[in-house]
Amino acid sequence: MGVIGWVRWSWRQLTSMRVALILLFLLALASIPGSLFPQRGINPGRVSGYLELHPALGPWLDRAGLFDVYTSPWFASVYLLLFVSLIGCVLPRLRKHYKGLRALPPPAPSRLGQLPDHRQLVSPDVPLSPTAYLDIAGKELKARGFRVRRDADYVSAEKGYLRESGNLIFHAALVFILIGVGTGSLFGYRGNVLVREGQGFSNTLTQYDSFKPGRLFDPSQLQPFSFDLKNFSVSFETVGKQRGAPREFFADVSYKRAPNSASSTDRIQVNKPLGIDGSKIFLVGWGYAPRITVRDGKGNVVVKDSIAFLPRDGNFTSAGVIKAPDAKPQQLGIQAIFLPTTKIDPKRGPISLFPAAVTPGLFMSAWVGDLGLNSGRPQSIYKLDTTKMNKIGIEALAPGQTWKLPKGAGTVTFDGVAQFATFSIAHDPGSPIALVAAVTAIGGLVLSMFTRRRRMWVRARVDESGRTVVDVAGLARTENADIEAELDSLVAVISGKKD
Amino acid sequence: MSSQSWASLSNQCIYAAMFVYTLVMIAFAYDLAFIGRRGGTKSRSELVSVGGHSAVGAHQTSGELSVAIPAGVGADDPSVRTRVGNIGHSLFILGFGLQAIGVLSRGLAASRAPWGNMYEFSITASLSVVGIYLLLNRKFGLRWMGIFVVIPVLLALGLAVTVLYVDAGQLVPALRSFWLLIHVSAAMISFGLFTTSAIVSTLYFIKSAYEKTGKPSRTGFLDRVPSAGALDNLGYRLVAFVFPLWTFAVIAGAIWAENAWGRYWGWDPKETWAFITWVIYAGYLHARVTVGWKGRKSAIIALVGYSSLIFNFIGVNIWLPGLHSYSGLS
Ligand code: HEM
Repeated sequence: MGVIGWVRWSWRQLTSMRVALILLFLLALASIPGSLFPQRGINPGRVSGYLELHPALGPWLDRAGLFDVYTSPWFASVYLLLFVSLIGCVLPRLRKHYKGLRALPPPAPSRLGQLPDHRQLVSPDVPLSPTAYLDIAGKELKARGFRVRRDADYVSAEKGYLRESGNLIFHAALVFILIGVGTGSLFGYRGNVLVREGQGFSNTLTQYDSFKPGRLFDPSQLQPFSFDLKNFSVSFETVGKQRGAPREFFADVSYKRAPNSASSTDRIQVNKPLGIDGSKIFLVGWGYAPRITVRDGKGNVVVKDSIAFLPRDGNFTSAGVIKAPDAKPQQLGIQAIFLPTTKIDPKRGPISLFPAAVTPGLFMSAWVGDLGLNSGRPQSIYKLDTTKMNKIGIEALAPGQTWKLPKGAGTVTFDGVAQFATFSIAHDPGSPIALVAAVTAIGGLVLSMFTRRRRMWVRARVDESGRTVVDVAGLARTENADIEAELDSLVAVISGKKD
Repeated sequence: MSSQSWASLSNQCIYAAMFVYTLVMIAFAYDLAFIGRRGGTKSRSELVSVGGHSAVGAHQTSGELSVAIPAGVGADDPSVRTRVGNIGHSLFILGFGLQAIGVLSRGLAASRAPWGNMYEFSITASLSVVGIYLLLNRKFGLRWMGIFVVIPVLLALGLAVTVLYVDAGQLVPALRSFWLLIHVSAAMISFGLFTTSAIVSTLYFIKSAYEKTGKPSRTGFLDRVPSAGALDNLGYRLVAFVFPLWTFAVIAGAIWAENAWGRYWGWDPKETWAFITWVIYAGYLHARVTVGWKGRKSAIIALVGYSSLIFNFIGVNIWLPGLHSYSGLS
């Protein structure tokens, strides 16, 4: 066969039920590895950890896309083929169904007696003429919502077209779910930002700590809102096995839709994001930000701020760094551990016993020298580059206390404890499409699964010996049709036993 | 009542329910072993007289159904109802009541819906299984499958009170949401329905193997189980019924995830396995409706789908870390 023949053949294969089935199972299979291996899109840290742990195997897995399963070409090819198949399958069915909806049911088979679900009534049970029974049957079937075709010697009726309608709606809705998901990932964005109490955020690229744009996202589409974190609160379980688990946390913010619009206040909680013009702000995490004042050797204030410390364990033992590049005569750097509930463990050293700030403590080591900020290399604000620095001492402080640094390098004051919150800001223009499509899909599914599709036929005649013979038969076109009951009640009506 | 006393009432009810279920199990087992043959021979001969189930995968003809199984799809022929069986059934309802109180008071103890950890999940999910069975029993007459329901339920409860138990406590904030309530309720009911369907599919294998031998069974129990064809059909109808509900459960979960984390779908292991389960059961429906697979092949797919459901409810919580890990054990 030629090229066209070949293409036609492939298309027929692709849109066949068997291939659709195979692709469905392939989709299930292809989804599995993403749940077994860490995924970059979900938790990049665990991927690096895995690669470190498995230096031989890891890179191979990586090459096979096993750390990016859901964005990998092989995963995409499975679902794209499936959806091409789906569209190729649904379009012809749509055309056929449209015609079928307006057509009469097909004529009745000539010998109803050969069907498995069949009843025969013979006079004297049916004393009237054949036409009378066909009239009765036709009327009854119409009343039951059947589409009825009446001919001289039979009635042919069908019901349950909504099954196919529902099924087509369902499959079409699946396509729209995919469109919705695709729109979101192409045009949407998602970013994270850490905001300390008393500080603010305005929605521009530079303010994000991390930012993931969709492939076709245009930064000029960032809505010009801003917000300030007024207050952050958290409470914990104090007893039992789950002691220390957060029970409630919320962030009180004041926000503006645009720089010169009026400001409003709101409370952002887990499960209760703040929506501004199609973007949503979620509270995703929190931590401590000790308030610290640093004076240099000359007595000048070189740092006076709250400084975000990253939590390291469930009890919020947190690590942070304070940098004072303007300190004279030498730059100052401090590595610190913050403990909300301090305990000095004889073996493990200082640890935190509980995540709430009950007895806060700050454990510091101070360094002087060159912070390395002018080297041009970007530096993490959570790390101190000590290659060109000297350690001058260590100290532990409680709130309100001041540490006079050795060698007249200055002082450090632990003013108190503030907190920070991390927010995830997401804009997904596809989610309304996906939501409507998903609801439609359920509707179509229910329609399709609960509609019983069946055909009923009635033939009536006068046989050789002059008796009226009425044959009634039914055919289930779906597995849940319960044709027996339908047949029996129709027979009851025809024979006048029920109306 | 204080939280403490609700919690201890809950524990007592769960233990009481386990005790009652044990009696149910004994009653049903006795019924099968000693009374089954007497009651069952009759329906066996009836089955044979109409030709039985001719071949695996044969289309269900109504002639067979109407004779061998008078009441709809099930085979709860009144003639095989025995006294011990009746006692077992009544006890089953009693056990269900006790377990329901146990689950309810657990919820009252923590002042929230009782599915915040694996322990609560197990007691609620197994309650759903029993409830679905008792409901379906009214419609289809499924007494013959009672023992296959009570045994896994007892196992689940045993595991719950020994390994999974945690004291009643509150939920972490992410788990406190209206959509979560909807999502988990739908998932729980789906779980009950999928479980019944899986039990039916398993029995299908046993019954069809038995039908092939053509010999009378030793206990007569299998004679009381409907024909393989009827089991096949019942298994399908249960899946067809639960599939839209499961679809709804997954979507409700996505809506919750959107509210909690800002994305409705993130391929978290729990989400992934819910999706896998959904796709496999979609494949099951396809195989049946469009390719015409019946009997053995489709029962295998159904059981694969069910394994993925079980893995999601148990395995994922234990082995695959993710946002949904809420086993409550550390
Ligand atoms: C994303 C992939 C797909 C999914 C999740 C899916 C799901 C389903 C489900 C759940 C059903 C049973 C419910 C119902 O009858 O409405 C079904 C039926 C059906 N599907 Fe699909 N499907 C997919 C792709 C396809 C494709 C590619 C084809 C065509 C090749 C197809 C053709 C059909 C047909 C003909 C039926 C039976 C309708 C009937 O007679 O009731 N589906 N599908």
